[in-house]
Amino acid sequence: MKKNWWKIIAAVLVLYTIIAGFLLNVPAQPILHETIRNLYFHVPMWFGMMTILFVSLWHSIKYLRNSDIQSDIIASQAAHTGMLLGILGIITGSLWARYTWGAWWVPDIKLNGAAITLLIYLAYFILRGSLEEEQKRARISAVYNIFAYVMLIVFLMILPRLNDSLHPGNGGNPGFNKYDLDSTMRMVFYPAVAGWILLGVWLMTIKIRIEKLKRKTLIND
Amino acid sequence: MALFNQIKFLIGKEIRLEMRNRYALGGILLYVISTVFVSYLSFKKIVNPATWNALFWIILLFASINGVAKSFISETRGRLLYLYTLASPQAVILSKIIYNSLLLLVISGLCLFVYALFVGNIIQDLPLFLVTLLLGSFGFSSLLTMVSAIASKTSNNFTLMAILSFPIMMPLLMVLLKLSKNAIDGLELWDTSYLLVLMFINVIIIALSYLLFRYLWRD
Repeated sequence: MKKNWWKIIAAVLVLYTIIAGFLLNVPAQPILHETIRNLYFHVPMWFGMMTILFVSLWHSIKYLRNSDIQSDIIASQAAHTGMLLGILGIITGSLWARYTWGAWWVPDIKLNGAAITLLIYLAYFILRGSLEEEQKRARISAVYNIFAYVMLIVFLMILPRLNDSLHPGNGGNPGFNKYDLDSTMRMVFYPAVAGWILLGVWLMTIKIRIEKLKRKTLIND
Repeated sequence: MALFNQIKFLIGKEIRLEMRNRYALGGILLYVISTVFVSYLSFKKIVNPATWNALFWIILLFASINGVAKSFISETRGRLLYLYTLASPQAVILSKIIYNSLLLLVISGLCLFVYALFVGNIIQDLPLFLVTLLLGSFGFSSLLTMVSAIASKTSNNFTLMAILSFPIMMPLLMVLLKLSKNAIDGLELWDTSYLLVLMFINVIIIALSYLLFRYLWRD
């Protein structure tokens, strides 16, 4: 129980976000109206994804330094979990886009960035799938993971600053801070971010354990 | 400077190898010419800047992938082993990047010439377009060389080369498209922020290749 306190916090925080997110008052904004509640789900999912992909990057670097297969397992399973959060983020974003911009998908730098993120990590999984030998797979996919993450940062952090975008926070659109002047939203949003990140980490630890067990049974067979 | 000498020697080796089987280089150049000719037959003249730009970069992208793919994939195991005993990994990757940049400069120069000849030249600011093309060739070459090193370790390497390189090339490609569109439109001011980002991306890719290649090259 002592080790699991953060899992309880994660569950409580996410539950709190769902209940409070749908029940508490939100500021009335033009165009957004009630869809502003999606802020509690869409944005924390992306934050969670970036955090977990960073864990993946960190363990890829660690693998290259110490050649410990444990780091490779963590890196790959973190990428899987990050992908799951990314897909959830893209679905919630698409829903939000439908009700504010009128289409499921609009040509926009931020949305393209999201799609590219998914493509990069799908390519990473295909690369892993096409290498047989364990150590070689770990080493080469670690190199690709580091390479890809840096290019992703360029895409997600630098290019949107140069382009106009419909997405909040770009091209003269009001950013998150302007809606956030309302302190009730802040009361839900910050716990939501923490909750989704913790939930992502929890999922990741479960996936890591499953993967380790799988490899163990493979060796024993 | 040992590294510098090694790089110089390895580039010389690449050029000599290329000259020994010229048909490989000829094949790539012919690929560019025939692709441009196919697009000429289907489009005749293109006057819409966006279409012109997109088609040009797509042709160049595929030609570059084909041109660079062979840099590691076609190296025989024995030759690689021999190379490892002679040079440092940094020298190997840097020399390949420099050599491929030269190759891509030839390819992109030819591509621009043939494309402008057949499909029509609508570029208004040629210097900016050439600078974009130059920086684009460097970027393509460093990224694709590294990806080709990764892909050469797998069994189905040509497919993987495309799959692995497309998503990570997108940031580079978007900046290139934007800059060359500006050059075609002939805007008065050069957009220095995009040029800086393009140089920045180039530097990042080369730095990463320099740091990461030593984990790739030995089996």
